[in-house]
Order: sequence, then structure tokens, then C-alpha cells
Amino acid sequence: ALKDGLLSQVSAALKEGRVAPTELCHRCLALIKSTKFLNAYITVAEEIALKQAEESEERYKRGQPLGILDGIPIAVKDNFNTAGIETTCASNMLKGYISPYNATVVQKLLDQGAVLLGKTNLDEFAMGSGSTDGVFGPVRNPWSYSKQYKEKSVPKSHCEDEESNWVITGGSSGGSAAAVSSFTCFAALGSDTGGSTRNPAAHCGVVGLKPTYGLISRHGLIPLVNSMDVPGILTRCVDDAAVLLGSLAGHDPKDSTTVQDDFKPFELPNLTDVSKLSIGIPEEYHAPGLSSEILALWSKAADLFKNAGAKVVEVSLPHTRYSIVCYHVLCTAEVASNMARFDGLEYGHRSDKKESTESMYAATRREGFNDVVRGRILSGNYFLLKQNYEKYFVKAQKVRRLITNDFVKVFRSGVDILLTPTTLSDAAPYTEFIQEDNRTRSAQDDILTQAANMAGLPAINVPTALSERGLPVGLQFIGRSFQEKQLLTVAKWFEKQVQFPMIQLEEIKRHDSGVFQHQKSASFS
Amino acid sequence: QKVSVEVLDHLEHLALVDFRDSEGVERLQKAIQFADQLHEVNTDGVEPMDSVLEDRWCLYLRDDDVTEGNCTKDLMENAREKVEEYFVAPPGNIPLPKLEEQDTFLQGS
Repeated sequence: ALKDGLLSQVSAALKEGRVAPTELCHRCLALIKSTKFLNAYITVAEEIALKQAEESEERYKRGQPLGILDGIPIAVKDNFNTAGIETTCASNMLKGYISPYNATVVQKLLDQGAVLLGKTNLDEFAMGSGSTDGVFGPVRNPWSYSKQYKEKSVPKSHCEDEESNWVITGGSSGGSAAAVSSFTCFAALGSDTGGSTRNPAAHCGVVGLKPTYGLISRHGLIPLVNSMDVPGILTRCVDDAAVLLGSLAGHDPKDSTTVQDDFKPFELPNLTDVSKLSIGIPEEYHAPGLSSEILALWSKAADLFKNAGAKVVEVSLPHTRYSIVCYHVLCTAEVASNMARFDGLEYGHRSDKKESTESMYAATRREGFNDVVRGRILSGNYFLLKQNYEKYFVKAQKVRRLITNDFVKVFRSGVDILLTPTTLSDAAPYTEFIQEDNRTRSAQDDILTQAANMAGLPAINVPTALSERGLPVGLQFIGRSFQEKQLLTVAKWFEKQVQFPMIQLEEIKRHDSGVFQHQKSASFS
Repeated sequence: QKVSVEVLDHLEHLALVDFRDSEGVERLQKAIQFADQLHEVNTDGVEPMDSVLEDRWCLYLRDDDVTEGNCTKDLMENAREKVEEYFVAPPGNIPLPKLEEQDTFLQGS
């Protein structure tokens, strides 16, 4: 039986010989070259990818593909260790660092025959919400170059071109989101600590899944906040996210924060009856700064569920507004600890200063880290000082429990899934975004996504409609711990209802889009 | 209240990262101000939360079997200064100069 989803269609095409893995790989590599201006990739592993594609082709010829991911081109955010391939975290600290090992999630993908195209761009050490603060420059949102956006933008003068008008991808997994959105890969790995997978997914019009904390191994993911980080999954449809999840989830002896429960990969049913569902609408997510457009879309989505027979209730998560402050303290504290490993001795950048160990460490860190990273390290150390530990760090840990309990209460009251906006507005133009500093932006942009990380809950962005500016807007579903199947089933139902339009990029027209499924152009807004 | 020079100095020594200039110090002040909002929340009787997985027993002891290793060469590849199988560091136990003695701090503020 033909399964839903883009990956299963491509997989079928590969099995039936309608397209070869090397051909797919070549197309993606060519597309990466022609969309270089997006700056989505830091490293393109051309030779390695082609070799993997050839090996995949051999397996298909023998009739022995490793699974649905065999031969599928994938991109990985550049904060995951990839053996033999540079891993930089978009920082001077790790420029030239060639990982000696694969992150568990990368190894899992490779073991299933996926073709690793390259490493994608991000904010330095995943700190940021724009993918603008890495040393390799900002990532451009592919939608900046879409027909839909160009049609809606009014040029200020006929000399002005898209150069100054381009919009950000959001962050910090902006490169991965842009890569998936511009068809250069079929899926990508991101990471999510405060919204870093869901935020760029919303701005780039792709599906962004943050799994439950403890479900997917973090071994090899260069850590930001050990108690909140998760690998994130970016795909073009919800079914594909389920496929990736199935390939990646499960206990890893190398990551002591993964749960030991057996994980069973699942296929998503085609939900037709939502009458048994209870959808919660948290009132606090009507946050200050939420655009009226997104508010209207959120309301429309709630009505959609109601009209289809689901129970839709307003709920309260009273500590939502403290989530960002809590995150600020816990994140900087864990960053202070995690960044301590970068001293130039064993790997990474090393300063030439030789007078003392301390002066070498200090100079190395001054030279290697940008202001954002250094600022967080200093703040984190402040909150961890003996005189501040109880007042800030422990206090934040207590507030974390209150935030988590808010969710527990709501889910216990019978709500199955929460429906919220993912971002406050559509993607901002780069020139506007950089007028505020990183910390301010992060505090603003993470407001709707952060609490799910605080509580460890699974959450997903589903592209919903285009804004008045012709840019993607997504909505977020938050589920119960380890109930990804229910979360994704509802997300898939919603995705089917809204029929989010496909991006119309000139670059794509030039390359045959025979393998890419066209979606209906009727849209939700 | 402003952060004292002693604390700033102490932080630079602990973090081995410098504030570089008054902007860096401003940034810290703002960060503290922002964090102070936490004190609005009543947390009486609330236990601090270390991990969302506290109810699940994730940690376990495994058998003391050697399952990997022999990767010295690979691990040494990324180090810049090494001698045989040693990472080479400059001499230790030499403290950094105090803030007032440094020529980097608060210049041109």
C-alpha cells in the first residue's frame, strides 16, 4: 500500500528504479550550488555524499535497500559531530575542527543509508533566534526569493532590489530550515533548546518537530543546555517527521539522559474523526507583540477543530510569562559550564599566548567566542556565584517546576493537545532584525516556544498559511511527554486541512521537479 | 545596585572570559536586572527541578567491560600543541593580573 508523505514516495521511486540515488544526490548538490546565496550550508560534503549515494545505488541494484531512508539526501546542523567532516558550530572556536566521531543521530542516519550532503549554518553555538550571529554570516530565508513574497513587496525605489529586502530564517537552526525549504535536501537535523527548530520552521514554511526530552540521543550534539537540548527534525510534511523520528528515537547507552523504554516506530493514521479530541488554547500565549494576523489564524485554527467536532477549551498556564526569565538564568548557567571545555588544549582554536595556562585559556576564549557567547558565559557565572546560587539558579529551578506543573495540570484535566502560535509574527527583514541585540531578540522570539523545553514536552510547528507579506506562518502543537504519535497524528490532520502552499522559487523551476510532489494551491488564509 | 569591580574581576577569573569594555559590563547589568523578575514568583515549598526526567530512572550502572578505546591517535589529531601522547600546556599556577593592572579593561569607556 502506498504510504503518505514525501519520503515514502521518493523511497518508492528509488526502489522501482524511476530515479537513482546518485541522480538525487547530484540534483541536490546542484541546487545547493545554485542557491548558495542563501548561505544555508557551512560545509558541503560533496565527495562523501556522492560516495554514499553510489553505495546506496549498489544496494538498490541488489534489491537490498537498508530502509526508507536509503539514498535520501539529508543535511545536518553544524553543531552535531560528523566524523571526518568539519564541525564548527559557526564559531571561530571550532573552525577547522574535524570530528573524530559521529553523533549518535548522525550514525543512525548513516546506518540506514541516508546521504549526508553537508552541515548547515546556525547562530554561533546555537545561541540566537535569527541564524544571523554565526561567523559564516547570516542565513537568508528562501521565501525572500519566492514569487509569493516578491508579489507582495512594494519596492521603495526602482533601484532597490531583493538584496536589501531579504528576510531572516529565524533560528538557531536556520540553515537546516532553509535547506529543507529550498529543496536542497529531503530532511534536516536541527537542535531545539528554546525553540531553535520550531522557530525557523515557522519562518521557512516547513515542519519542525521538537521531540520529548529523553527520547532522542544527544550524544555528539555539542551541548548548550544539557537539561533542555534535544535534536530537532525538519521536514516538508508531518509524515516525514514521523519517519525521521522512527529512525532516531530510542535509548542510547552513550547518553545517560535517554529513557530506557522501548521505542516503537509508528506510521501515522489518517485521522478522520476528531470528536474524541480535546484541544487546549492557553490564554497566556496571546502574548504581547503577537501580530493580529497570527492571532486571527490561531483563532481560525481553533474553529477548524471545533467545527470538526473536537472539544476546544481555553486553558491557563499561569507561569508562562516567567519561562523566558527562568530560561535566561538556567541557560546561561549551563552555558557557563558547557563552554568551559573550550580552552584550546585538546581541540579547537588555540591562542599563541604562552605566558601561562590561564592567559592562554583567556586569550583563546576571547579570540574564539563572539560577544553573545561570552556574554552568556559571564552572566551564567554570575548566577552561579556562591552568593547568588540560591537566589538565582536554585530559584530558577523552582520556577521551572512550577512551569512544568502548569502543563501537568492542564493535561490531567483532560486536554490532549495544546494549540498555540509558534512565533509572534512572520519573518522580519534582516536589516530590521539586527537593530536589536541578540539577547533582546531571543527573549522576544522564544516566548511561545521556550516553555515546552522547560517542561521537556514534544512540540511541533505545522506551516499554516501565508501572511499578508507572502511569508509563511506556522502554528504549534504541544503534546504530552512521549506521546509523539498522538501529537503527530493531530498535526497531520491539521496539515491536511490547511493545505499550505508550495514555495514558488525560480531556482526550482529550472530543475525538474518531477520527484517533488505538488500540493494544492488552495490555502488556509 | 551596580556590580562591584571585585565581582567583575572575580567573574573574569572564573569564566576566563573578559568583559572587554563597558558594553560588556552593561550587558551583565541588564542580564541581572532581567533575572531579578524571578523574585516576583512565590516558590514557597517548591522543590528545585534538576531534570524533567526525575520520575524516570535513567541512570544505571553497566558492567565494567571495555567496549571501546585505542583511539589515542584520532583524539590527538585535533590538538595544536602536543608531544608524543601529551597535550602541551603553558606553565600553570600563574594567576592573571587583576583588572586594574590589565590594559584591556574599561578602556575608552
